[in-house]
Amino acid sequence: MKIVVCVKQVPDTAGEVKFKPDGSLDRAAMETIMNHDDKAGLEAALRLKEQYGAEITVVTMGLPKAEDVLREAMAMGADKAILVTDRVLGGADTWATSTTLAGAIRNLEYDLIITGRQAIDGDTAQVGPQLSEHLGIPVISYAQKIEVEGDSVVVERQYEDRYHVVRAKMPCLITALAELNEPRYMTPGGIFDAYKKEITVWGRADLKDVDDSNIGLAGSPTKIAKASDKVRKGAGTKVDNLGAAEAADYIVNTLKEKFVI
Amino acid sequence: MDFQLSKEHEMARKLFQDFAQNEVKPLAQETDETETFPRATVEKMQKYGFMGIAVPKEYGGQGCDPLTYVMCVEELAKVCGTTAVIVSAHSSLCCDPILHYGTEEQKQKFLVPLAKGEKLGAFGLTEPGAGTDAQGQQTKAVLDGDEYVLNGSKCFITNGKEADIYIIFAVTDIVTDAKGRSKKIISAFIVEKGTPGFTFGTKEKKMGIRGSSTYELIFTDCRIPKENLLGKLGEGFKIAMHTLDGGRIGIAAQALGIAEGALDLTIAYTKERKQFGKSIAAQQNTSFQIANMATRIEAAKLLVYAAAKAKETQKVYTVEAAKAKLFAAETAMAVTTECVQLHGGYGYIREYDVERMMRDAKITEIYEGTSEVQRMVISGALLR
Repeated sequence: MKIVVCVKQVPDTAGEVKFKPDGSLDRAAMETIMNHDDKAGLEAALRLKEQYGAEITVVTMGLPKAEDVLREAMAMGADKAILVTDRVLGGADTWATSTTLAGAIRNLEYDLIITGRQAIDGDTAQVGPQLSEHLGIPVISYAQKIEVEGDSVVVERQYEDRYHVVRAKMPCLITALAELNEPRYMTPGGIFDAYKKEITVWGRADLKDVDDSNIGLAGSPTKIAKASDKVRKGAGTKVDNLGAAEAADYIVNTLKEKFVI
Repeated sequence: MDFQLSKEHEMARKLFQDFAQNEVKPLAQETDETETFPRATVEKMQKYGFMGIAVPKEYGGQGCDPLTYVMCVEELAKVCGTTAVIVSAHSSLCCDPILHYGTEEQKQKFLVPLAKGEKLGAFGLTEPGAGTDAQGQQTKAVLDGDEYVLNGSKCFITNGKEADIYIIFAVTDIVTDAKGRSKKIISAFIVEKGTPGFTFGTKEKKMGIRGSSTYELIFTDCRIPKENLLGKLGEGFKIAMHTLDGGRIGIAAQALGIAEGALDLTIAYTKERKQFGKSIAAQQNTSFQIANMATRIEAAKLLVYAAAKAKETQKVYTVEAAKAKLFAAETAMAVTTECVQLHGGYGYIREYDVERMMRDAKITEIYEGTSEVQRMVISGALLR
């Protein structure tokens, strides 16, 4: 089985968030980690590899320093890594990103593509499903459990209060939830091996069947109007000496005044 | 000269840091309080190869350099001195001598499971009457047919009752030198837990590293196969000293980590703690003490990393190891004492980690060669 896992290098939310003047994230200036959902997706792939045997290729689009997450993925057990990086790809929204990733993945053989549900820096949950559309394969999103049966996958798709069991024939795409599993740590020896391996670097010219109008900032339908750091809340208003009923009225009226309810 | 860590080492540090923070730190206080060996943590470390970091891959290890191993012990010690010494004693004092002096059969039989973490290792040199003075050894090994018969006891043995494989030193001969003085000839043996005649004495109640299993080992007509002799007959003293050179780098790393961990906590605490209307970090005494500690820790780190590098590149690294351990251990003691002081009354309360760290730090000045022994080693090399 050949599995492609898409991973994204995201800002470590434990650190400070920095923006560029155009409102997009200044990724180069922030501490970074592998996106949690993607890491769970990689772990799922590694478990499938242990169970059924598989070759795992990790793919990321990003700055050259996104190499770090690919090394980490290989130190966890991925076999191959592809970094898609090019100046013309910068500033991509989900549409341009999924178009680009599809252009890269068209060069690969695969039975299964696993992406994270969403990245903690954008929270859109769009790239995985869009990617499946570009490639013309089924998608099962929000996977909380993955099994392989013959040439199909059987996936538990999470809903708020239930889950659906969905079967899809491979090749298909699954988006993984961080709750899917507890990703393994790297091993010390795995880290040193990962740095001995080659990372394939692809640019614009390597993307297959991709139109220039669909990549990078120019090819992104989404324009960021404004972005800001967390808004600090004020001290608030403290109201004393009200009975329970009066207090409830006060809260409801205040929320109405502020058009919250 | 390159002071920049490679990307591999940076990533390895991140791994050890994440593991220490997520898996070890939450248990550190309980491990100390209940004096319980952290078996579950050891099993996790086994899973990720931490028990064989510097052992070559062909013997089940990770095939990394001594610096990677040192960083592992350092990061563990930042949050839990007990966990750090378990790895250090196992790796430096048991895996290392088998790797260097063992036969191929011994490596396959003992080193492979040790490096994979399936078995835990320990090292028995110290006796009630033989600490710094290894010539005071009383444990004897006598060849009887195809077996050596061990009689005697060892004390203060780290990983004592939890280990599976032990490197045990015993007197195999007494010779008279040219001046007519008698000299004990010591040899090293690999002894497995469960060997008839090998039992455990009392568990030591310690000041610090209280989760590490420190026991007395007792050998009563304990018969071990002849092929368990490690190295050549009579080579024991050399093996012990060479092994301790490596061990001291591990303990130096432990001491370094304890100091770093205590300083990190103290920086955070002094920024939060307010007295006289401002944080105590804003008081010049605090800030100067923090500057002093950080500088001293950095110096210790350079010595420890240099010793690790020396172990990788040099055949003999006795002096480098002694300097690293001496300085790092005394740094750990001084820094943790000051950290408790900066915590004030809270630093004396067991809920605060610096209290434990100060107790844990003390042993680094004592075991695997006291600070005085390190001074003897260093000056001995200079005054020859």
